[in-house]
Amino acid sequence: MNVKRARIVAVVVLLGLAVSLGGPTAAAAQGGPIKIGLLAPLTGAFAALGKDMLNGTELYLDEVGRQVAGRKIELIVEDTEGNTATALTKARKLVDQDKIHVLTGGLLASTGYALHPFADAQKIPTTYPVMASDDLTQRKPAKWVVRTGWATSQPMHPFADWVVKNTKHRKVVTIAMDYAFGWETVGGFQRTFEEGGGQIVQKIWTPLNTNDFAPFLAQIKPDADAVLALMVGRLALQFMKQYEETGRKAKQPLLGGGTTTDESVLPQMGDEALGAITALHYSAALGTPQNQKFFKVFEAKAGKIPSYYSEACYTGARWIVEAIKAVGGKVEDREALLAALRKVEMRDAPRGPISVDRWGNPIQTIYVRKVERVGGKLQNTVIATMPAVSQFWKYNPDEYLKLPLYTREYPPCKAC
Amino acid sequence: MSRRVLGAAVVLAGLGVIAPFLPSYPLTLLIQALISAIFAMSLDVLLGYTGLPSLGHAAYFGVAAYAVAILAVERGAGFATCLVAALAAAALTAALFGVLAIRATGTYFLMITLALGMVVWGLAFRWVSMTKGDNGISGVARPALGLPWDLAMPLPFFYFTLTCAGLAWWLLGVLVRSPFGMSLKGIRESESRMQSLGYNVWLHKYLAFVLSGLFAGFAGALWAYYNGFVSPVDVQLVTSVEALLMVALGGSGTLVGPALGALLIVFLKNFVSVYTKRWLLILGAVYIGVILFAPRGIVGALRAEATPLPRGES
Repeated sequence: MNVKRARIVAVVVLLGLAVSLGGPTAAAAQGGPIKIGLLAPLTGAFAALGKDMLNGTELYLDEVGRQVAGRKIELIVEDTEGNTATALTKARKLVDQDKIHVLTGGLLASTGYALHPFADAQKIPTTYPVMASDDLTQRKPAKWVVRTGWATSQPMHPFADWVVKNTKHRKVVTIAMDYAFGWETVGGFQRTFEEGGGQIVQKIWTPLNTNDFAPFLAQIKPDADAVLALMVGRLALQFMKQYEETGRKAKQPLLGGGTTTDESVLPQMGDEALGAITALHYSAALGTPQNQKFFKVFEAKAGKIPSYYSEACYTGARWIVEAIKAVGGKVEDREALLAALRKVEMRDAPRGPISVDRWGNPIQTIYVRKVERVGGKLQNTVIATMPAVSQFWKYNPDEYLKLPLYTREYPPCKAC
Repeated sequence: MSRRVLGAAVVLAGLGVIAPFLPSYPLTLLIQALISAIFAMSLDVLLGYTGLPSLGHAAYFGVAAYAVAILAVERGAGFATCLVAALAAAALTAALFGVLAIRATGTYFLMITLALGMVVWGLAFRWVSMTKGDNGISGVARPALGLPWDLAMPLPFFYFTLTCAGLAWWLLGVLVRSPFGMSLKGIRESESRMQSLGYNVWLHKYLAFVLSGLFAGFAGALWAYYNGFVSPVDVQLVTSVEALLMVALGGSGTLVGPALGALLIVFLKNFVSVYTKRWLLILGAVYIGVILFAPRGIVGALRAEATPLPRGES
């Protein structure tokens, strides 16, 4: 009897396979729907961020009635499961089977690096609304990829300049997650900070699965003026709590990369986050009319406040639609669509004005934000605005690109 | 026996025949399944034939994949150089780890191989100057073999992988049917008896370990070329566990069982996740179903009925 069942199991599974193999293959017809493929982590460790990305994208597409230039828009969402090999497989599916016209999304830095050669090989217009690794639009750009989000060190150069000019902090200790996102954040800050007369006196790197920051916090040099922290997600929550417990905040206030107090984690923090000053290209508390409108509509749809991931995909979807409008809906002409993606300019995105530089990275406003409690809720109040900041800030791009990418060892910590 | 060989050969030939008619996405999934099949079959030699359950097999898979990626992307090395280096790296790693692991059996073997697998993962993650850390190494181009067909296209690469899978299956088949393979089965059944018969049990297990690692490396090298991207995910625990599940699902101790298990798992993962977010649930249900209704795996159960054992064992 066991074996009969095994046979049934085998036959059913093989039938299922046969059905899947003969699965639906979409034919791309002129005048048919325009297909946008979105890669987002809907399951796995980053599922909450993936949801924000999906909600942002859908919010914009619903606003335009899911159509542009007389053609319907079809959004095909694929789950990357928070890992890059799956993202690549799903990207292949989107391009080969679903015959999408534009690819967007992605969260992890490694996904960005892996999709670059894929986009170029498949010649599929691709946008990155979230993935921020510097080199994706610096030393290793891809012809078919336009970044509509940000570059990791982009907010950090002007932020360091602001810190030098507006605070008395001259000796800073950095504590950041030990991977490229952390290295590039610290590197960008360090370069401009040290040029302005400051010094990074210590660099602490925490593993990505840290559960207890106490041993790292105990190492912080007592003579530092401030601490710059770069944390993401659960680590940001844990870090904030433990930093408060050390009692250092009064003498060594907290600075940070934008994700440390991003709205995806801020509502779960308490008073320990108050006073933290961070920099990013967005804040949900931005008082412009277009952001207030976006805030209201997003909160109504998703039941939570928008994070930078939500705004990134909302504006990212609008970016793609504007490009499609510019080519009159003829998305089958991929070269034209790519050129249009590179030429989109927005003056009234929720985050402010955006245009794209010739490496495919946005030039946009950077906001310095301070965590305050307003109306009983924590928010990233904007305390300074730096308009039209590019990924190179005030540096000459050609000279900037001759220097190495920011890594764990570069720029070297001379004052450590 | 030749019926089984014929059956498998028919399946391979059948795949080769229908391939030109398949749309390209299922074709790329088949390529993935074939590579996973080689990986799973290599684990079967260790698990099914020698009775050593390894939970760190992705280490050899990943070491070979990284060898190909590093040589191809950083040094621009050709296919032959990359393949030889990858196989050598996998074999050397298995030779080194085997010395440490073979002294244990059963659960302890599982734990040691798990730990050794994590060592490789840690190296892949932290040795950033070599492996680029968790960014991974991307841009591995398909091999230029001087053939008239461009391997960057899915169909030619499918035939390439099919040939490699067929070769691996045939070589592994020769291995397990040889007197050496028979000794391995004996060791699986009863080590002490083999010992008392005068076989050098340690050497047999060690050689099985190294050869198994070598074929896992072969799969890893193919994977680097197929995916074009290698990252610490390829050496992580989940990859090892998936290989183990493929062997268990298909039937350990039968060479084609793991290949079938690999095919099933690759397709289940990639097709089911398209239609529902609860694909992990469905995958889990399939595993439980097989364990309940076909505990020796699908192929294991089919064969048990075809050749009933004496004394009414089922």
